[in-house]
Amino acid sequence: MNFDITLVVPELYFLCLVLVLTIQSLGDREWKPVVEKWLPFGAGLGFFVAIVNYGHEGLMLWDVYRVDMMSQFFKIAIAFGFFVTVINAARQPTLAEGKRSDYYMMLGFSALGLMILSSAVELITIYLALELASYSLYAVIPLRARNKGAAEAGVKYILFGAVATALALYGLSYIMASQHTTYIAELMSKSWTFADQPMAVIGLCLFLGGMFFKLALFPFHFWCPDVYQGASNETAAFVATLPKMGAIVILARLAVFLKPGLEITTLLAVLGALSMTYGNLAALAQTDIKRLLGFSSVAHAGYIMVGLVSGTPEGLAAAAFYALAYLVMNLLVFWVVCRVAVDGRNLKLSDLNGLYKKAPVLAFSLAAGAFALVGLPPTMGFMGKFFLITSAWDHGYNWLVITLVLNSAIAIYYYLSLFRHAFTEDKTPDLTPAPDNSWFASAGAGLLAGAVLLAGMVPAPLFNLAVEAGKSLMP
Amino acid sequence: MDFGYPVLTLLILFPLVAACGLFFLRAPQVVRMYTFVVSVIELLLAVPLLGYTPNADFQFVERLDWVRQWGLEYYLGVDGISILMVWLTLAVLPLCVMCSWTYIGKRVKEFHFCLLFMTSAVLGVFCALDFVLFYVFWEAMLIPMYLLIAVWGGDDRKYASLKFFLYTLAGSTLLLAAIVAFRITGGTFAIPELMEHAFSFRFQFWAFLAMALAFAIKVPMFPFHTWLPAAHVQAPSAGSVILAAVLLKMGTYGFLRFCLPLTPAASEYFAPMMIAISIVSIIYGGAIALGQSDIKKLVAYSSVGHMGFVTLGIFLFNLRGVEGALFQMLNHGIVTGALFMMIGAVYERSHSRDIEKNLGLGKYMPAFMFFWGLMALASFGFPGTNGFVGEILVFVGAFQKSLWIGLLCVPGALLAAAYMFRVSLKMAWGKPSTARSWKDLNAREWVYLTIPAVFVLWIGLNPALFFKVIDPSIEKLLEDFDRRKVAHLETEQPMQTAATAIFGTVADKQ
Repeated sequence: MNFDITLVVPELYFLCLVLVLTIQSLGDREWKPVVEKWLPFGAGLGFFVAIVNYGHEGLMLWDVYRVDMMSQFFKIAIAFGFFVTVINAARQPTLAEGKRSDYYMMLGFSALGLMILSSAVELITIYLALELASYSLYAVIPLRARNKGAAEAGVKYILFGAVATALALYGLSYIMASQHTTYIAELMSKSWTFADQPMAVIGLCLFLGGMFFKLALFPFHFWCPDVYQGASNETAAFVATLPKMGAIVILARLAVFLKPGLEITTLLAVLGALSMTYGNLAALAQTDIKRLLGFSSVAHAGYIMVGLVSGTPEGLAAAAFYALAYLVMNLLVFWVVCRVAVDGRNLKLSDLNGLYKKAPVLAFSLAAGAFALVGLPPTMGFMGKFFLITSAWDHGYNWLVITLVLNSAIAIYYYLSLFRHAFTEDKTPDLTPAPDNSWFASAGAGLLAGAVLLAGMVPAPLFNLAVEAGKSLMP
Repeated sequence: MDFGYPVLTLLILFPLVAACGLFFLRAPQVVRMYTFVVSVIELLLAVPLLGYTPNADFQFVERLDWVRQWGLEYYLGVDGISILMVWLTLAVLPLCVMCSWTYIGKRVKEFHFCLLFMTSAVLGVFCALDFVLFYVFWEAMLIPMYLLIAVWGGDDRKYASLKFFLYTLAGSTLLLAAIVAFRITGGTFAIPELMEHAFSFRFQFWAFLAMALAFAIKVPMFPFHTWLPAAHVQAPSAGSVILAAVLLKMGTYGFLRFCLPLTPAASEYFAPMMIAISIVSIIYGGAIALGQSDIKKLVAYSSVGHMGFVTLGIFLFNLRGVEGALFQMLNHGIVTGALFMMIGAVYERSHSRDIEKNLGLGKYMPAFMFFWGLMALASFGFPGTNGFVGEILVFVGAFQKSLWIGLLCVPGALLAAAYMFRVSLKMAWGKPSTARSWKDLNAREWVYLTIPAVFVLWIGLNPALFFKVIDPSIEKLLEDFDRRKVAHLETEQPMQTAATAIFGTVADKQ
């Protein structure tokens, strides 16, 4: 067993963080200092640790655990996402007293699971890491005091999750039986055509199903809008962003099997096309913002497929870059949603009316987030989409690119309505509390919005990281 | 003449940076003053552009890496075609600030922010020589324009702004796919280099359609014009002015800059269709304008007709036609911009844009009527005004191409005269039902109407300078067009390839 402790510093750091949280959750409920007082610093340090550890490479633990550019890229993204969601959840009106440290412990476990997932290069390890990342979320989703919908959301997530996991495990058995290995590096050299290995292809499809569930790709998306709607805003911010990172990194690792023209590649492309079309069309009809974002994430899962099926390092880089863009822009929108819903209610579109007057910075940030999600320049979302279509054009999936482009046109309407309500509607609904207009709320939103715009105008540095990540996967 | 600084970058960035300064100002009057000063400084910053040497090259070129892996560049430059549009944009900004001085009463700061943001984006469109950079600016201008209509517009502003946004953005999504396809096939995003590349007819066929849709919506050409009257009528004066003066030009500029040089064979192939649509736009726009009772709607529909002349001129592919098109772009910007400013001025007095409620202005506001009369004459191309120069060139080009095309445009010109006379006569000599006490133009209005009036007469009486600037670029454009189109026709039969373009051939697939 080769083990190099310096390679896994971020994971170890997160493990320590989670252990401290566990101890605090076991202890006195009045434990001082309260968890919100110190955890943001801890999470911020975690982000820093992940950045510092960037550049290390190595294979360890009987070669099931690979630290490479791709995993480091995603670890940084996950640590950043965890940092933001923790700050975001620091003031959570719908979390019952006395459950705070438990709540963060669960989120921490999930983040740790995702970090392990991003380095796992063997199917069983991937499966275990996926479970670690999922179980804690099953527990977190129903934690929304005085809300019946939350329990329903929790049950839905668990049931769908269990089915997806069962499928993945079943698929795994098929792959093992037909290809006689579970190491991705070895699987890469095997044939993945249906004619040669029908069982393996079916198995891979089922295994991918488990990932699609996390990613909320059509037709594994049914949980998504309901869970977003039922979970508290702050929990939804986590569920909507971080687990997707884990799913994308695994899909990127498995995407090296995919050559343009293979049945399974075509299947992924078709699912991607269906996912973006269905997600966007369904989102058009939503008035609840979290449901809207839920369907929008179904559409975004489809967009990411465009990068994965192209079968080139550029495609994987584009998918990685878009995943990061997706993380940042969604965190931004959820940040604003959480700050506007100070009492933790679910926001309707009409709740945004007149936001520009009540909280100009939040309104501006929401606009940046919404336009990034549409893919309008000069935002990170535009660059991400641009890289995706450039990578996929001329690799046999031009129709998928055209579908993506046409879908962006459909998506304009509902993202624009976020902007429209915030900026051009004046009539505010009565009896809703004023949005959180503190300097802290504004600064957080402003920083995220700045990141979205800056990475849109000067994407080169981030993109270089993504390219290295993409290259590290290719044989 | 080298002033030692990157002129174009500064022109694009300065309004943006200055717009951020608005956040520190409070009093509306100060905001207006500040923006006005910014717009004048912007004009002064453009002084080095006067050093433009009339030849066909791109000048004031700036080129930097943007995203190396993807071949993106920060690549700016102007030639004879774009420099006129740059000047037009720069000139329109101070006029817009002036004409909304008393018109805009709410959220003044945000309004001026949008104006400045918009100017940056539009300048970027005209200066960009990297295809993706072009697209970035092209899309970036949507948001401020949307806000201008949606926040400061008339009663039906929400509908109009949404329609504007959805139409134009939906149109340009396919443009992005075309841009990527150009890069994959041509190997670069740099427009001057793409112009040297020969694309297959099959490729040009699709690329032309994808680009033409985006540009036709922006122009707007019939039947993609329905967003325009709604947007014009609802937008505040300054919004209408920018929309008419520069935004519509982005569409025709796109045809000139991309469709003709990059897809010459497809342009030639689709020219009959484009010419037909242009003629329909000319006649349809004129006929609908004739029936309007709302002055602003009338001018909006007249824009559809005028822009029809521009697209017609472009797709004639002869020197006179393209010259005329470019002149009409400039003229339409000046004249229609001025007309919209005047409609704003009269609306501030009568609070109505109905022709019947604005009768008899000749008696109360003689100075206003003088300017209106001049602009109306220019609008339908009266000799001695700039409109004449542009229109006659397009006519000459059209008759050179074919007698029938020329004859078909004639009713358009007659219609333009008819609706402009109708509205002008009513406004000047109609009998108002109630007594009026409206004041004639104030000093500010004098200023912002005199400037376009000077240009109307200058271009109308002595267009030589403008010809000198644009001709080399147009000649080169057409030379390249003919050379590449001919070279292409020798190797491929367009009719045959067009038939197989949709389905491809065995040879293509190999």
